[in-house]
Order: sequence, then structure tokens, then C-alpha cells
Amino acid sequence: MFGDYSISDLGAILAMQGFAGLILFSVYVLMALGLAIIFGQMGVINMAHGEFMILGAYVTWMTSSAVQSVAPWLFPGYFFIAMMLAFVASGALGMLVEWALIRHLYKRPLDTLLATWGLSLILQQAYRSIFGAREVGVELPEWMMGSWQATDAIQIPINGMFVMGLTILITIAVFYILFWSSWGKQVRAVVQNRVMAGAVGINTEKVDRYTFALGCGIAGIAGSAFTMIGSTGPTAGQLYIVDTFLVVVFGGAASLFGTIASAFSISQTQSTLEFFLSGSMAKVITLLTIVAILMVRPQGLFALKVRK
Amino acid sequence: MSDVSKPGLQSPLRRKLLMGMAALPAVSMLSRPSFADVPATSAVNTTGLAVTDSEVTVGILHSVTGTMAISETGSVEAEKLAIAQINAAGGVLGRKIKFIQEDGASDWPTFAEKAKKLLVNDKCAAVMGCWTSASRKAVLPVFEQYNGMLYYPTFYEGLEQSKNVIYTGQEATQQIIAGLDWVNKTKGAKSFYLLGSDYIWPRTSNKIARKHIENHLQGCKVVGEEYFPLGSTQFNSVINKIKLTKPDVIYAIIVGGSNVAFYKQLKAAGIDLSKQTLLTISVTEDEIDGIGGENIAGAYACMKYFQSLDNPNNKAFVPAFKKMWGEKTVIGDVTQAAYLGPWLWKLTVEKAQSFDIDKIAAASPGVEFKGAPEGYVRIHENHHLWSKTRVGRAKADGQYELIYETADLVEPNPFPKGYQ
Repeated sequence: MFGDYSISDLGAILAMQGFAGLILFSVYVLMALGLAIIFGQMGVINMAHGEFMILGAYVTWMTSSAVQSVAPWLFPGYFFIAMMLAFVASGALGMLVEWALIRHLYKRPLDTLLATWGLSLILQQAYRSIFGAREVGVELPEWMMGSWQATDAIQIPINGMFVMGLTILITIAVFYILFWSSWGKQVRAVVQNRVMAGAVGINTEKVDRYTFALGCGIAGIAGSAFTMIGSTGPTAGQLYIVDTFLVVVFGGAASLFGTIASAFSISQTQSTLEFFLSGSMAKVITLLTIVAILMVRPQGLFALKVRK
Repeated sequence: MSDVSKPGLQSPLRRKLLMGMAALPAVSMLSRPSFADVPATSAVNTTGLAVTDSEVTVGILHSVTGTMAISETGSVEAEKLAIAQINAAGGVLGRKIKFIQEDGASDWPTFAEKAKKLLVNDKCAAVMGCWTSASRKAVLPVFEQYNGMLYYPTFYEGLEQSKNVIYTGQEATQQIIAGLDWVNKTKGAKSFYLLGSDYIWPRTSNKIARKHIENHLQGCKVVGEEYFPLGSTQFNSVINKIKLTKPDVIYAIIVGGSNVAFYKQLKAAGIDLSKQTLLTISVTEDEIDGIGGENIAGAYACMKYFQSLDNPNNKAFVPAFKKMWGEKTVIGDVTQAAYLGPWLWKLTVEKAQSFDIDKIAAASPGVEFKGAPEGYVRIHENHHLWSKTRVGRAKADGQYELIYETADLVEPNPFPKGYQ
């Protein structure tokens, strides 16, 4: 397939393809981080993760409409406000859900799967009733669309770079919170040994609630960012949920490093295969490879050694 | 989930009725059957359908919950509008249409179950419904077994024909061939990159497109053909491939949420649709709402109806639709096709002078609807519609501007020879 093309053409395509892989990597990390916290750290299988993301997308849409009608001069920068609001909205909903539903099910992980799946259906219908069944179009400021012309032949999507930057920032923030802040130490203590953590005076209920809210809030930010590259509709969250679980499970449930490593390997495999094969075939081969690796290594790429 | 004339609908309905009453002087000039010549129920209904001296019941069967609600909402709205208008103009054979709405819930077995309910329990004289091919395939045996009549609104892949179905959307060859000829002739396009979501409609349509490009267009070739799982949101790799192969035309049949991702990423990757020709058969005004007009401006779509069509029928239809369903709603190709359903059924019943399914199936060929928003349509012997095919260019405001339309009606050909 490369016979007819000049070296410079191929170089440009390779560079752009490299970026395509990196963008996919950031998208995967961003959507999986929230789940990695909830599933990895708390052991809750949150099937409603996609719906928390879409809440963020709807918040972005509402912010965009509100800013356009009330304060048009703010429009170029509204996205940052929208992301913060998305974090707050999804986090608050997460806190509510944890209090009303999840905390009763900590000892029954399989039931959380069913309960959160039900929750996802409820949320989808709620979005449909509130925002309408049709998709909404989120208008973006002009500077976020289009591409950056690196050379004559190389164009890099601006929204892709934006997602990359955002992913790096959020990843750093999550690592700081979990590994350096005292609250993060409490979270990790609860993960490793809930009873002992309680015995030394950690309020495990409160830790659970805030951990869940943090995971949901990050999902909200991810949803907000994905309005740049995807659709916003009542069921759009379903588009992300499979890939999200794939990344988290493949990485090893309790390891944030694993999530990142797995997002990297899946995205690179996927985007390289997509280039040489067709989209559907690339997906099939990626999934087959993951299944094969998980058969050999059921605990995922990185497993945290925890005394259960 | 059954709701017989929803309470939420009463006020628009009443408004429609008032409009109808205002139009009464004009209507009475038409040859509308007065109460004296309403034919007896026993004469027009010999098979026990839900027809009384004053009412006739039809079914509406679409998904108003689940994934497909995004697409099917417009069809439900159009069908309710058509029914309200027909009632305001005196109904069918002097009988008002009452509708029973069922929710297919985006689930194909549910469609079959609800279809059975509408036919067996409710004895509906006709059913307007279904959207995806999968749902139509699920209800088809039910309609054939219990002898019902389905008016199906979506453009689809063809390869089907039934006594019990009237297809009011275009089948694949109607939609595809004229558009390819147009782009070849006016844009001098020689190389095509075919894209699609991975299921039956895009695959069959691209197959027809490929055959036409390779066998019927001089010196044209397909430089790539790719499918993506439904719901795919990442298109950067294929966009790079498009940049590498530099096709004259990107031929895209991507549906659902993937559509939004595809056009946003295409724009973000620096592909300017005012320079790169893109022809789609899957993006109606409804989809543009989600994609954002600024992301798809410049793309060409090939179908039979655009909201912006400039003809007297459409100029009455669009305001009536917006009055009933809100100023912001847009009307896409399938919504218009759904609007044709109740009207074609009414015209057929009046031609057959009967509600009996067999008589309607037999009377359907040749029925013409001069009030169609798309202009004029006529039912073919194969139960599809003769219709014009049009090409429109998407504008930033989310509307299409009409660029080309076929001079004559295009014959529906659900089993095209040499294209399979």
C-alpha cells in the first residue's frame, strides 16, 4: 500500500498516526481514571460510569447555552467553567448515589453490578425525559476546533492536544491526591485493610463517600471533554463503558499505573491496527489479544499485592 | 406502556382541530363525504378490524425509550401530525382516526410482541412504525401471519418486498445511484473512499455503490472501504488513511453517535469540507442537530427530502410541524417519509372504499399523494415509492441547500440485478 507515496508523505502520515495513537491513549486514560478509582480502589463495579460522564457532557451543553445567551464575551473560555461545573455536578450525584445505594452493597460486589446497571438505565431515561431523546450539539469556541499546522503536511487536531493536556493534568492531580495527600493515605489504608483502617481512627464511611465522588467527578470532566470529539445524547455513555472496563480490567483492577499502561498498550495496538486493517477488524484483533493475555494473566498487567 | 391519545397531546390536537374548523368553508368545497354518504361499517370492514361508524384505530409503533429514541422521535411526531391533519379534514371514509401508541423500546423482540398486540388485541387497521431494519425484520412475520398493514418510513437497504408493508422511504438504489452519477458528472470525481458503520444497511449500500462505481462510471475506482463497530468514537486513524489516499470523494454511511465523532474529528484533523467532497446518505437535519452545523458545513447529502425544499406543500408542512412540536425541531428525510404513511393509507382506503387489509394491499399500487412535502409520490407495484432523489449541501445553520434533483421520479428497485 505504500508503493505510490513519497517519503515525505509517509513521514507526515507516520507523525500524524503517532499523534492519533497518543490522542486515543489520552481519551482512554481520561475515561478510565474515574472508574479505576471506583473499581480499583473501592471494588465497586460501577456500570453507570458512562452516565456520569454524560452528565458532565450535558452540564457542558447547558453552560454553553447559558454563556451564549447571558455573557457571550465569556464564550471563548467557557469550557473551563463547564469542566469545573461538570466535576461538581457528577461528583455531587456520585455522593448522593453512594449514600443512597452503594454503601449498602459494599459486601456484595456482584450486587453493585446489578444496582449500578439499574442506575444507568434510570439515568438514561431521566436524561431522555429532561433533555429530550435527540442528541444535543455542544457548540465549541472557534479556537478549540480545527487543527494546528505543524508543517505543510502535518496537521494535529487542537481538541486532541487539549484532551492530552487535560489528561496529563488530571493524572498528576489524581496521583498527588492518592499518594501524597493525607486523605489519599487514608484511602489507600482503607483499600488495603478496611477493619484496621477503622481501628486506627479513619472514618471509613467518609473516605468511601469522597472516593466515590472523586471518581464520578473525574468521569464528569471526561464527559465534558468528550463533547469535543463525540456525541451528547441520553445513551451516549454506553459508547464508552465497554472500552473503559476493558482498560481498567486489563491494567489490573487495583493499580492506577496498570490503568495507564493498559490504556497505552490498547490504544497503540488499536490505532496501529486500524491503520493497516479496517476499523472492525482492528477491534476484533485487539479484543482477541486482550482476552488471550487475560487468560494467561487473569489479574491484569499490574496486580497490587493486598492481604485480603 | 400503551397510551390511548396521550393527554399531553390534547392541546396541539385541539389547535389542529380549530385550524381544521377554520378551514371548513374551504374543505366543504372539496368532494368530502358528508355524513349522509359515510359508507356502512359492515361494507368497509369485513374482517373485524377496529372500525366503528365514527372511528378507526391505527397503531404507532416506534422506540420512544432506548438508543433508537434519538432517531424515532421525529417519526412519531410526524405521524401524529398527519393523523391530526387528516382528522381535521374529516377523517377517513367519514371516520376519525384514533391511534394507539406502543413503545418498541429499541429492542427487536419487544417490537414483535407489541406488533402482535396491536394487530391481535387492538385490531389496528394499519400500523405506522419501525425504524431500523432489525426491528422491521422482527415484525415482518407478525404482520404477514396476522395480515396487518405496516407503513415503514426509513430509507433502507432494499432486498425486501411484502404484501403487508408499504415502504415510504427510499430503498438503497434510489438513494445511491443518482447521487454517485451527480458527483461523478459535476465534480469530476474518479476515486471514492467508502466508509460505514458495521451493519446491514451501510454494507449493502456500499456494495451497491461499489458495483455502480466500478461497472457503470467510466474510469472510476474505489480506493478504500471500511467499517466501524456501531458506536465507535475514534476515527483519527481512518482520517489519516483518507489523507494518504486523497480520494476525490469520501462516501460516508456512518450512523448514530459515531456520526458526531466522525465529523467533529474530520474537522479537527484539518479536512476542509469545502475543498474535500464528502457525500453521505445517512445524515439528515436531525443528525446535524447533534453534530453541529459548523462541523459538517459543506458536506453533500443524497436523499429525497430536505427541510429547506421550496415547494407549496413543504411550505405548509414545515410551519404546521413546528407549530405542533416546537419552533426548534428540525425535519429530516425519515420524518417526512413517516408523515407520508397515514396520508398514503387514507388515500388507499378511499381508493379501495374499504379498510380490509387485502383490498388495501391490492389497491396500493398507483396511489398518488400530491400533497407530499417532498413534492409528489406514487406507490409502485412493489410497494415502494416512486420519488425524486436530491442532493443537498449542508450549511452552518444546520439546514441543507438543494443543489440537484433528478428530473423524473426514480423507480424503486429493491432487488437490483447486477448490484448484489
